[in-house]
Amino acid sequence: MKISTLKELLDAQVLTCEENMGKHVYSACGCDLMSDVLAYVKDQAVLLTGLVNPQVIRTAEMMDMICVVFVRSKMPSEEMIRLAEESGIVIMLSNKRLYEACGILYSNGLVGNKVKP
Amino acid sequence: MNDELVFHFDVDGEDFTSAGQASVMVKKNLRRLGLSPEIIRRVSIAMYEGEINMVIHAGGGVADVKVMEDRIEIVLTDHGPGISNIDMAMQEGFSTATDTIRTLGFGAGMGLPNMKRYSDTMDIKSTVGVGTTITMTVNIQ
Ligand SMILES: Nc1ncnc2c1ncn2[C@@H]1O[C@H](COP(=O)(O)OP(=O)(O)O)[C@@H](O)[C@H]1O
Ligand SMILES: [Mg+2]
Repeated sequence: MKISTLKELLDAQVLTCEENMGKHVYSACGCDLMSDVLAYVKDQAVLLTGLVNPQVIRTAEMMDMICVVFVRSKMPSEEMIRLAEESGIVIMLSNKRLYEACGILYSNGLVGNKVKP
Repeated sequence: MNDELVFHFDVDGEDFTSAGQASVMVKKNLRRLGLSPEIIRRVSIAMYEGEINMVIHAGGGVADVKVMEDRIEIVLTDHGPGISNIDMAMQEGFSTATDTIRTLGFGAGMGLPNMKRYSDTMDIKSTVGVGTTITMTVNIQ
């Protein structure tokens, strides 16, 4: 799925790295606990979360993720925007809740496990 | 790679928002060196977990990363409270983190086990009341 499709499905607003909207992603993970992301994520390129602090962006960077979706329209700080810009990570804001946002993406073919064509 | 390459960072223990800065820097530098993404990811995650631990459990410390011909060595040193029972601390799910730390997304007790999993060797030296030094290496095959 293209990141631009993800934006449409989640009716999201893009805050950083608009130039990466054409990149393809194959799996995602929804999580508020960065400890779990660090321990269990494999090749998921998208992180959906309700947690908003700079560690979310750094965790995504460590895991080579390229898109972070903040649910319930939580606004990231300027520092987070800067970190994401530096790392090429697309930040999106969706007013959907975590469960709903994950469900929409999942039912449109963005799975939880690594599946690459 | 001909010469040994070293990085040194002070890890601020007062400011949770800046935790992980050193790991991000190291990751960017390792990318520039053209190491394999798998190696870079293992080093990054192991170091990031260790760096976060220094901030949330030990009031900060220093991080030294050495890139050698055959391996990368990460040394994390702090003068925090130390770890009284290392075997227990190494268990998945064991954590003394506060609720505040949990609301920030950490404190699941997976950090040390994760560091062990992503590194090829890991050594913890800790003295209660004095501090902790964790040395990890990741082999470059
Ligand atoms: N640098 C450190 N200084 C003192 N205690 C530490 C340090 N690193 C880890 N610990 C102890 O080991 C426990 C387990 O660490 P870890 O597996 O990273 O889990 P978490 O950080 O989620 O608590 C911590 O809760 C803490 O009690
Ligand atoms: Mg930890």
